[in-house]
Amino acid sequence: MMQYLWAFLIGGGICVLGQLMFDVGKLTPAHTMSLLVVLGAVVDGFGWYDPLIKFAGAGATVPITSFGNSLVHGALSELQRDGWIGVITGIFEVTSAGISAAIIFSFLAALVVRPKG
Amino acid sequence: MAEKSAPGGASAYKPVSMSSKEYKAFAKAREPSRSVLANCIRAFVVGGAICLLGQGIQQFFMAAFDMKAQEAASPTVAVMILLSVILTCLGVYDKIAQWAGAGTAVPVTGFANSMCSAAIEHRSEGLVLGVGANMFKLAGSVIVFGVVAAFFIGIIHWLIGAGG
Repeated sequence: MMQYLWAFLIGGGICVLGQLMFDVGKLTPAHTMSLLVVLGAVVDGFGWYDPLIKFAGAGATVPITSFGNSLVHGALSELQRDGWIGVITGIFEVTSAGISAAIIFSFLAALVVRPKG
Repeated sequence: MAEKSAPGGASAYKPVSMSSKEYKAFAKAREPSRSVLANCIRAFVVGGAICLLGQGIQQFFMAAFDMKAQEAASPTVAVMILLSVILTCLGVYDKIAQWAGAGTAVPVTGFANSMCSAAIEHRSEGLVLGVGANMFKLAGSVIVFGVVAAFFIGIIHWLIGAGG
């Protein structure tokens, strides 16, 4: 049950960070999202994202920062296995589910749905 | 033409001369006031709730298919994206987003929402030039910067021999 509480608190906290970038930093959504992804990637570069996931579960895997984390994860695990070329081949290894799902569902949606307003 | 001929009406439409500084103050006073704190609370509650839902879906996958937390993360994200696309199609996601700000933008559902709404919006320009070319209009920057950052972090790990 504690897992749910931490998912809520940490996930909400990351969203507040994004909101502060909107309101205080006056950044556009695109700048904010890019910054958060890079932040997630850098945090994982230091090996700190995994402990956060262990602690907060979906609170750490659902926000977009986890996308940066997954990109680095893929790159590093293939780096370990295949050497330097793994940095290139491994980047999309883990994020495939998210990107593929988003592309496929969005495409199908565009086929059937009429734009509103 | 009515404005030109009416002598009384002309004064009502007389041009207002303001310096840009004055105008800024004038506009600011009339902006709908949404305090940073209120925005943050909304973002926190909605963002937290989305993550809570994600946690629930993840627990379901772990219980139903005997997965570890790590294995359940990918199907969880896929289900969240599907939900987000459905809500976007119904026009509900954008209504919530107006209220919640970063609370709906930061979770992965916001990423899917940006792709889905771009795809639907540009459908009239055709499948290739509209849907295909515009789907990543907003999401593209996230992918580009994420990949570039991951590349350099990978190279740094390779150089210092940490290997991940």
